[in-house]
Amino acid sequence: MSDKPLAPAIEGWHTMSAKPNLIGTQCTACGTYFFPKQSQYCRNPSCDSTDFTEVELSRTGQVWSYTNACYQPPEPFVAPEPFEPYTIAGVQLEKEQMVVLGQVVTGVSVEDLKVGMTMELVLERLHETEDDIKVTWKWQPVAS
Amino acid sequence: MSNEIAILGAGMHPWGKWGHNFVQYGVAAAREALADAGVPWRDVSFVSGGATVRCGYPGYVAGATFAQALGWQGAEVNTSYAACASGSQALAAARNKILAGECEVALVVGADTTPKGFLAPAKGYRPDDPDWVRFYLGITNPTYFALYARRRMDLYGDTLDDFAAVKVKNSRIGSKNPRARYRKCFTAEDVAASAMVADPLRLMDICATSDGGAALIVSSLEYARKLGKGDAPRVAAISTVTPTFASSVVEMPDIATDSAAADGVEAHAFRSTLPLKAYEEAGIGPEDVDLAEVYDLSTALELDWIEDLRLAPRGEAAALLRNGDTSLGGKIPVNVSGGLACFGEAVPAQALAQVCELTWQLRGQAGDRQVEGAKVGITANQGLFGHGSSVIVRK
Ligand SMILES: [Zn+2]
Repeated sequence: MSDKPLAPAIEGWHTMSAKPNLIGTQCTACGTYFFPKQSQYCRNPSCDSTDFTEVELSRTGQVWSYTNACYQPPEPFVAPEPFEPYTIAGVQLEKEQMVVLGQVVTGVSVEDLKVGMTMELVLERLHETEDDIKVTWKWQPVAS
Repeated sequence: MSNEIAILGAGMHPWGKWGHNFVQYGVAAAREALADAGVPWRDVSFVSGGATVRCGYPGYVAGATFAQALGWQGAEVNTSYAACASGSQALAAARNKILAGECEVALVVGADTTPKGFLAPAKGYRPDDPDWVRFYLGITNPTYFALYARRRMDLYGDTLDDFAAVKVKNSRIGSKNPRARYRKCFTAEDVAASAMVADPLRLMDICATSDGGAALIVSSLEYARKLGKGDAPRVAAISTVTPTFASSVVEMPDIATDSAAADGVEAHAFRSTLPLKAYEEAGIGPEDVDLAEVYDLSTALELDWIEDLRLAPRGEAAALLRNGDTSLGGKIPVNVSGGLACFGEAVPAQALAQVCELTWQLRGQAGDRQVEGAKVGITANQGLFGHGSSVIVRK
């Protein structure tokens, strides 16, 4: 394994702790959550607020649906050589009432998933650069 | 009804991977539509183009590009961009002009030349661009179609055989369409043998991108009557409504849905709200529809649309399919053109190609693909972020 430092693939979208959270915003007027962060205008048609606070989103949710990627995506995706297929899930966050997409951790295939299953957020390697290992959020089944 | 316009002519350049400039496909489609309508080019006073955004400068000004190619004759122009719904927005612009009394007869045209492989975003570190983000994280277009398909399997019990049956149905009817790109009759075995792209969808479940062009000549009802075409098919409704917050189905290119957490906010599934305005505007219901042309970006998505158009209760489209109801000769034939399965998508032309098919069907000119006694047809398709369109054509 590489001993390069870990760095977020996209700056400021999640915490870097062992039990990470996605970082979104919440409208202070109506309570709507946004991920990615929105801090300029509220998209709720009944709300014209421009005031938002940064919030950590729920770390767990239920599978909304899932699939995988059998073909290598185009850039800016950085693919390993040889390309390794990976699993993807959309997870419904209960409190935020929203679905967030993400890759599923390495080693979990579509056969292991089912709509409604509980998943938690973890960090895993997305790709490596000369300086660091870029990590991003991924979904992992919660051991029952 | 006062908000109707007549469809006098329809034309298409065959779909394929021809590799030419998109302008020539549009011109060929426009000339066929003009000849079909019996309208001289110089009588057209409005040219409404569906735009393509991948082919450089001319694509951004589609209306003027086609007007110039056909020969400047002083017509006014318009360009509409709404991804796959571009053609419907261009049609809506022409209808507005005609109903406002500012134009008697208009040309609506869309054409595209598509690149090979995945449609990829611009380069650089651009986390503000949702398209950049999702490709960086490994989420491509088939990801979204596959998420919808898998949900059908887990919620309604749809099977891989059902999805393959959509492809088999569409390829069988599409083989009889001279304008289609793929005209081979595929079997369920062919589908099963094709490579998995995004589980549960295989290569043959997902539509390709194509070159093609489609055009319509539309006019006021009075102009149609003067031409002796008072019985021409009519555009009875065009819905281009946007979703209602909170949109609860994750749509390309987003990485997350709206949040429905605020008081008084409910989650809405957009595709199912889209046709409501069309039905209301036309003053008809799903039970009046004789055939539908829907945006089958994937085989499974055709089943979603059938339910979104309320041609079947939620979760029951596969039963309709298994029963043969959506095949030619069935209760409600779907995609008798062959659909995107046989055409591949030529983005700014596709919504117009659907209306071309309905026009020929309602005139009884669809040959081997003819839906007996077709009087009312509906289309559905969807652009980026969930905006989309649904058009109703009737005799
Ligand atoms: Zn708000």
